[in-house]
Order: sequence, then C-alpha cells, then structure tokens
Amino acid sequence: MLIKLSGGTVYDPVHGINGEQRDIYIRDGQITRKPAATVDIDKTYDLKGKVIMAGAIDMHTHIGGGIVNIARMMLPEDHRQDLVSRTPLTRSGCGHAAPSTLTAGYRYVEMGYTACFEPAMLPANARQAHMEMADTPIVDKGAYAMLGSDDFFLRMLAAKKDQEAITDYVGWIINATQALAIKVVNPGGISAFKFNQRKLDLDEKNEYYGTTPRDIIKSLARAVRELGVPHPLHVHGCNLGVPGNMQTTLDTIHGVEGMPLHLTHIQFHSYGTEGDRQFSSGAAEIAEAVNANPNISIDVGQVLFGQTVTASGDTMRQYAGHWHANPKKWVLMDIECDAGCGVVPFKYRDKNFVNALQWAIGLELFLLVNDPWRIFLTTDHPNGAPFTSYPHLIRLLMDRSFRNDMLATINKDAAASSILGSIDREYSLYDIAIMTRAAPARSLGLKNRGHLGSGSIADITVYNDVKNKEKMFEKPLYVFKDGELVAKNGKIVKVTTGGTHVLRPEYDKSIERSLKSYFDKYQTIKLGNFKIDDDEIVEHGNGNIIVQPCT
Amino acid sequence: MNTKQSLAIVQKDVPCPFCSIHCDDLIIHNHSGRLKIKENGCHIAVDRFERPLPQSKPTIRGKTATLDEAISQAAGIFKKSVEPLIAGLGTDVGGMRSVMELADKTGAIIDHMFNDGTTRNFLVLQDLGWVMTTMGEIKNRADLIIFAGTDAGNYPRFYERVVWNEHSMFNYDTKNRDIVYIGENLDTSQGKSPSGKKPTYLKCPQDEIGEVISVLHALVGGNKTQKKEKISGIKMAHLEKLAEQMKNAVYGVIVWAPGELDFPHAELTIQNFCEITKYLNRETRFAGFFLGGNDGGMSANNVSAWQSGFPLRVNFSKGYPEHDLQKYATANVLKNKEADALLWISSFNPEIKPPRAKIPTIVLATPDTKLDFKPDVYIPVSTPGVDHSGQMVRTDSVVSLPLKQVRNSDNQSVKEIVRRIAELV
Repeated sequence: MLIKLSGGTVYDPVHGINGEQRDIYIRDGQITRKPAATVDIDKTYDLKGKVIMAGAIDMHTHIGGGIVNIARMMLPEDHRQDLVSRTPLTRSGCGHAAPSTLTAGYRYVEMGYTACFEPAMLPANARQAHMEMADTPIVDKGAYAMLGSDDFFLRMLAAKKDQEAITDYVGWIINATQALAIKVVNPGGISAFKFNQRKLDLDEKNEYYGTTPRDIIKSLARAVRELGVPHPLHVHGCNLGVPGNMQTTLDTIHGVEGMPLHLTHIQFHSYGTEGDRQFSSGAAEIAEAVNANPNISIDVGQVLFGQTVTASGDTMRQYAGHWHANPKKWVLMDIECDAGCGVVPFKYRDKNFVNALQWAIGLELFLLVNDPWRIFLTTDHPNGAPFTSYPHLIRLLMDRSFRNDMLATINKDAAASSILGSIDREYSLYDIAIMTRAAPARSLGLKNRGHLGSGSIADITVYNDVKNKEKMFEKPLYVFKDGELVAKNGKIVKVTTGGTHVLRPEYDKSIERSLKSYFDKYQTIKLGNFKIDDDEIVEHGNGNIIVQPCT
Repeated sequence: MNTKQSLAIVQKDVPCPFCSIHCDDLIIHNHSGRLKIKENGCHIAVDRFERPLPQSKPTIRGKTATLDEAISQAAGIFKKSVEPLIAGLGTDVGGMRSVMELADKTGAIIDHMFNDGTTRNFLVLQDLGWVMTTMGEIKNRADLIIFAGTDAGNYPRFYERVVWNEHSMFNYDTKNRDIVYIGENLDTSQGKSPSGKKPTYLKCPQDEIGEVISVLHALVGGNKTQKKEKISGIKMAHLEKLAEQMKNAVYGVIVWAPGELDFPHAELTIQNFCEITKYLNRETRFAGFFLGGNDGGMSANNVSAWQSGFPLRVNFSKGYPEHDLQKYATANVLKNKEADALLWISSFNPEIKPPRAKIPTIVLATPDTKLDFKPDVYIPVSTPGVDHSGQMVRTDSVVSLPLKQVRNSDNQSVKEIVRRIAELV
C-alpha cells in the first residue's frame, strides 16, 4: 500500500521545513522517499492548503496507573458530565478530568496526538500501569519509573554506596518495570512524609536516611546519564505549590552541575512571595535561568480554568493541598515503602487571585523561554487541566489578541501583577510543531518519531488551516497512525493498538543478588513476580513493545 | 493458555489467586496433574490447589454439549436479551477485559459476587476519600494496628506476612507492635506477639463500632464526650487509653474488612474510620487498610474503573456506562426483575453457587462446582493462577501479581470463552 499526501504545507522542524509545500509518501507504515514514476500509488490525498505535522506527542500526562484509577473511582459526578457512547467502531467510556483508558486513547488521536507518556509509574504499581496503558487504544505509550523515595535507593544513598551500584539499581528498575525513563517526585519527600516530615527543602535531610533532595537528584541524574537513558532525569521538584518555591527551582537548576535535567510542570514551581498576598510570579527569573542553562528542559503544566482533579505521587504536597479539595473529598496513599500518591479534586477559578495568577505564570513561562526545543506543551493532565484543553492552550500561545481578551476576564489583581499583557510574542506553527512533536521525540530518544523524514514511522496529523487555532487543533482533518488513517475530521475511523516504548539499559546483573534477599526480607512480593515480562504486555493482543536504543 | 506445554514439576514463588492478599511464595509440586503445596500454603490454598480436577463437560439445559455448541447457545441468549446481567465475576484481569467487551456490546449490567462489601468502601471513597496504606508499609512501619470488626482470619497468612514479620526495614521491633481489636466474635489469638505481648480487645457489637470510633475521634480531638462510664460496653478509660495510643503512634493503621461489617449503612462506620485517620494525620501518620475483594473482586473493580471510568455496578444498556452502587447490585437487579438473562462467572471457588433466577442463565464455573439447578448453559472453566497465567490486583489496589500456570487443564479460561461469546453476539 503506497499512500501519497499531496501538496500539503509541511512543518517538520527536525528537517528545518517551515511551512513548505511538500508531498509525503507512506508505505508499510513508514514514510518513504518519492517512488519512481513507474510505481503505482494506491491512494492520494489532495492536501493543498492543509497543514501537515508529525503526530503530536504528550510527554507528561497521567493516563494510566493506580493514581488515575483512584481518581476515576472517586469522581463519578465528573464522569456523568461527559459520558461517551459506544459506536460501531469504538467502546463506551467517559471523559473529562480522569477519562477511561479507552476514551483517553480515542480523544488523544482525535486531537492529532499519536503518543502519550505516563510520567509517574510507581515500580510497585507498574504492572497495573502497563495494563491500563495496554487498554489505551491506538496511541503509543510509555512510562517513567518513579524513584527517589524508595527505600532500596535511599538506603544505598545513605550508606554512601558507590554511584555504580546505584546506577545498576536504576538500570534494573527500568528493565524490571518496562520503563522508558526515570522520574523523581519531591525527591525523598514522599518517604519523609511517611516519617511525618511535612516539608523538605532542597538541602533538608530526610530524618531517617539523612539524605537531601539535592543528593537524590544528583545521584539519579548521574545514573540516568551513565545508563544512556535518552530522556534526562524527569524532576518534579521540592515544594510544589509553595509561595517562594522559585528559589528552590533556581537552586535545583544551579545545583545539578551541568547535568541534563527535565523540570516538569514548572509552573507549579515558579512562585515568588511579592505583593500584598505574598504570592507572585517567578516566571521571569525561572525563564532566565532556563534560557541560560542549555542542560535544562521543562514542561509547563499550564493551569486552565474549570473543574479538574490533581493526581500526584507527591503525598507531602497533596496532603498540604487537601484543604482546597473541591469537591471536598481526597485520597492519600502510602505505598510499599516505594512511593505514594495523592488525589485531590480541584477547581481552578478565573476570579480567584491565586488560580488566575497560576494561569498567567504558565503563559509567561511559555512566552519568556526562548528555545521551543526545551519547553514542552503540557497541562500535567489532569493536574492543571484535562488534556482535551490543549487546543485552547495552543490558541492562547499563538493569538495575542485572544490571550489579552482572556487576560481581561481574570481576577483583576492577578492580571495587574502579571507581565503577560506586555508580552507580544506569538508562537508560530513551526514553534508548535517543535514543542509538541520534534522536541519531545528528541528528548525521549524516539528517533523515528516526531518528524516526517524518510524511514520515520508514519504518525502524521493533517490540519485545516483555520485562523482560530483552537478550532484548527481541536479536530484535525486526518490522523495517520503507523500509516493507517485512524481519525478523520476529529472522529475515529479505525481502531488500532499502539505500542509501548521501553528502554533496555545494560547494568551489572549481579545487583539482583542483593535485591533478591532485600525483596525476600522486606517486600511483600517476590523479586521474580515484581518483574514484568514482555509476554504480559503483548499476550492480550492489545499492544506491542518498542525497544528504544540507549545513547 | 497452552495445555500442550510441559510444566515444571516443582514451581517456586507461585502467586496464590485464592484470597486477595495474594501470597506469592508458594512452592507447588505437580505430580501427573495432581498438585501438592510443598511450602507456604494456608488452609485455603491447600484446599483449592490440591483438589483433583474432575472431568466436566459443557451442558445445555443439563445435556452434554460441545464447547462450541455451548458458546453458541450462550451467544444466542445474549442476542435475545434486552438487559443481560453479568455477575459473579470471579475471574482475573484478562477475564474482566473480555467481560467488559461483552457488557459494552450487549448493554449488560455488571457486578461482582462480593461487591456488597466493596460498595461500602466505594460509598466512602466517593463521598469523603481516605488515607490508605499497603501491606508493605504495614509490614515495615506500623507500630499500632487496630483491627476494627475483623480479626483478618479470612486471610490466613496476614499476620505471618505483615504483622509478625521478623525483619522490618526501619529496625522496628515488630514484636512490640500494639494490636487492638474492636468488635465482636473476634478471634484475637493471632494478635498475640511472638514474644507473648497480648492484644487489647475492646468488645462491642459490630454495628456499634462506628459509635466507638466517633468517641475516639472526639477524644483524640480533645473534645468533650458524654460523661458515661461505658460506650457500647467499653469502659471510657479504655477508650481514653486507646485515644492516647493513637495520638502517640508513629504510624498507626486501622484495618477493616468491609464484607464483615454486614449491617445496614455500615458505610457510615467505614466513614468514621476514614474521618479519624484523616484527622490523626494532622499531627502524626495514620492510615486505613481494608481486606476485601476476594475472588477477583479488586481486579474486577479496577478493570471496570479504567475501562469505563466507574468501579463496579455499571449498566451499559443505554450505550454508555451508568454507575450506581446500590441500584445495580446483583440481588437488587434480580429481585426487581430488571435483567432478562444472567451470565454467572466463578472460576476460583467451587463452593460459590450461582443465584437461581427465573431467566435464561449461563454459568461459567469451576468443574467441581455442584450446581443445584440446571442452567441453560454450563461451561466448566479453568482457574487463573492454577490452570493458566494472568494477573490479579491485590486488596490494597496497588500491587498486582503475575499468575502462573501450574497445571494443565482441558477447560478454557473465562477470558477465552467470554471473548468468543462476544464475537458471536
């Protein structure tokens, strides 16, 4: 089957193609060079005047795993606002803040996304995360294993074990849990909270282990680099949501000694203490530090107004945030001396000073960070807003007058204390293609995704070129996944199974000896049963494994 | 499931599917198809694993049929049905995935055999939320464990594994743990520590545990209580002592079994557990833990939640999932004659009997299940974790176990049979 996408306007930043008219050919699921004139083309799509990009990639979205499933179970009233009926092609489910896996897969694809990555896979809960991801159709998936509050790592760090041993452990975890990267959440703070510590600054010690978040970040970042994990250590920093936390974030950036680091949902970590309410934007300082440090990448975790639910591994900060639960119910879990999770429903209100300023801070960050290769578009779904609000967010970035209209409607004091209105920058389609495709693919080490070069997997999105960018990005004209047309005019036309991206870093296998006795003594599951076999992911026929190379 | 593959004669680290704490250290010997647990089998595991696998054939209205005929007959029942009920749901994640597909396709109501208990929990989760913990945290961290309305006796190795464990991560002397029971008819013998330390037993009727917890809540909050000498038969002085213990605990845990709190509006008692735990976390660390969801109950609720958005008791008849914790209970649906066909699934426990309903009934059950009526279709099924591999979610709803195949069976899995029915509908 040879498909020709004829005459579309192509945005392919990996190849420096910025809105040029090009033909794209697809054969056997891959993009291929222009065939000889004698070769028959099976199907041609006339795409003159249409915009073509690679399929979009969400590199930080809570789509699968126990945390999300608790959110689903506790929020029937949210689902009832957005029930999804079965069609001859698609299964029923529900949407909004914590959608069912099936609906999440469909909606991502209908929005032009072809891959999404679960950033908070607790090793103890990894099997369930993979089962949920396998039940998320069409899109490719992958997950980052969460470390940093797990006892095995902390006791090694406390005992000042060689970095080599820690690196082997991290390599073992990536293999055992079928992960693509490593994330750390409130480094050591989830553990500290179990010892009843209520806050943990970058240089504050965990009372039991004596380790600091700074030690943890450095050690894990080093392990990630030594193992050749393409994606830098994915850091959810200390003091999430705390006024003044921008200093912690700046210290984190400066403390990593030039090692690559990805700071996630940085909006929640960019707060100052200026003004009457002692809550202000630290976006300018953070953006300046990001601009000055090429080893740092970020995603924003944009807040958008409305009802959502916050789901996080950061039990310490989720406990502190539970007072603001809306509706008034919340869940906290301590998990297996490994990690934890907190689920707190939340409603961001545009007339609330703090919420409105959070909204402005996120946008300021987007607009003040210069290099779109190092800033990714996220809402930290569902924490800042559900992922279905991405088209709206793209419009805010691309359309200054729309942005200023919105700014005029938010809490007046928040608007007045933000510099947002004075920023003229508008994102171009090329910028959007970088931050939602090329850059996340490069950051995650997905070499044949995120671009439209020959040999790349044919994950392709075709948009109508509409002035209203929210409308444009809401319902793409065509979405191709692995070369198959899966959505048309924002509706699924074919359901396929996606793959799971994993990494297989090499490590010294002898670490299993000490791990085995550790598991036998302290854990509630055997080492062999903790590890997830490939079979478990593929045997149900709803997924396959895509092994990505280490660097 | 591959019945042709040769299986190792002795398998180690075998996860047990038969109760929801899913011990995974069993050593099982397969001697020509007869299983013997060499190590780490509780009485439930021994009883279930070591039963011989009897020959059993599918039947249609009592008459022996081929599997294909039975599946086709079952599909025919679904095709005619306007509102089918798929209940029992004693199966693993794979089986549940097939059930979800069939339910969605046929507009069925789904419910699990033990969801009366689980529902009490979900009522609280959806109204208040909670602070919970997992087995690994209890094992390594808990210094006070309060068993409220349960002695955990239905989970035979609970104490061995996470209460009187020899090693703990943080060098706690686990033998010094304070164990407290609140409730009635509880066997507290396992609450005695290996060093001889005795548990505290505060006796009160099960349906008054909630009141006792309320008084404890008032006491830990420093509020005034009624000037009574006793609350529900428990001396106030004993409650005052327990309140102090709770406040001073480094990591306290309240354990309950929702299925054993079997009285009207027991969810309010569970709500009291969750409210006091939340309150105690203002100063110290405290968490809840529940024992429940046997026979695949936790797996069924989790799969339902991730695929439909709702935990069990979901009705797909309108084309989208509708969730109601009371309305779609099996007993309620059958009593009100809301279903016109029943598919009953029970692949773990031969003692579980399908409800006898005056509607076309399909039974998928273990081959040694003794039915007291002739269902329209009966198909013997293999047992997950014995006859085929799979996954199950543990009671803490966090850890899931990879089940192993330790025996060959000619019977098909629920996953396979329900998938085939769904294909034909």
